[in-house]
Amino acid sequence: MSDGKATIPKRGDLLLIGGLIAVGLALTAFVLLSRMSGQSENLTVVIRQDGEVVATLPLDEDAVYTVQGEEDAVNRVVIENGAVYIEEASCPDRLCVKQGKIRYAGDSLICLPNRVVVEITGQDELGLDAVAK
Amino acid sequence: MRAGRVAQYGLLIALAMVLSYVESLVPTFFAVPGIKLGLTNLVVMVALYRMSGRDAVIINLVRILLVSMTFGNAFSLMYAAGGGLLSGGVMILLKRTGRFRMLTVSIAGGVAHNVGQILVAMALLETWQMSYYLLILWWSGLAAGLVIGILTAQVVRRLPASLFGPGTAAERERDGKGDGK
Repeated sequence: MSDGKATIPKRGDLLLIGGLIAVGLALTAFVLLSRMSGQSENLTVVIRQDGEVVATLPLDEDAVYTVQGEEDAVNRVVIENGAVYIEEASCPDRLCVKQGKIRYAGDSLICLPNRVVVEITGQDELGLDAVAK
Repeated sequence: MRAGRVAQYGLLIALAMVLSYVESLVPTFFAVPGIKLGLTNLVVMVALYRMSGRDAVIINLVRILLVSMTFGNAFSLMYAAGGGLLSGGVMILLKRTGRFRMLTVSIAGGVAHNVGQILVAMALLETWQMSYYLLILWWSGLAAGLVIGILTAQVVRRLPASLFGPGTAAERERDGKGDGK
């Protein structure tokens, strides 16, 4: 093969990269749409540790909940003025703190080192879950 | 030949480990875990194109194991292994078809790496609420793969072929299939 040919994208390249970009755009649209159409009242904050629900709190009531993990692992979750954020955490990178405030259904804060997930869910979803249990 | 292979592995694994360490020194500017350049993928890509897919996977897995034992923990090992295995598999398959340029293989590998990490996170955290992270890591994987692909093309061009010795898997592959790129 000539050198010139190596610098010209093949059809496969264009298709694959185009496909990756298309999926990325679809994901972007999906996340933006689900955020815009999401309900904004009666939202619930679900705090999970290792996949287990450790607390379920209403988003419209200010509260502080501390998730206690093994070996002094701590994430202090604060609900304030309809938004949730992690104020303090023991994890080394503290990315969960840097994730800032969330306030929409479907948003989540994730602390990988302590395996803590804070999610905002709609009331309907929770009702279904309660019935299923 | 066997001693030569061991030396090559040692060299590339050491290089990959150093790059992992260097990257861990860069403070995270982003709130989302997993956004990074993935400099070590440069070594994996060079191994893939100058040695073989098998060599690239072995080098990457040993690197992941050593780095996790040195700087990480069992969970960082699982995230790294999930990302490394998926991107390694995707890149080997894409390269094997011969229909894709190195840059495309690298971009697909970058995306696959982040998707692999999200799959591990979904399994560990038992949650499907990952669409936001998938979105961000999809684009960051694409961008990182682009940069690494450009760098790899430069490195492969400049590395003397003699570094990987005559009769290596890469040489055989190139002799057998023509242009490996």
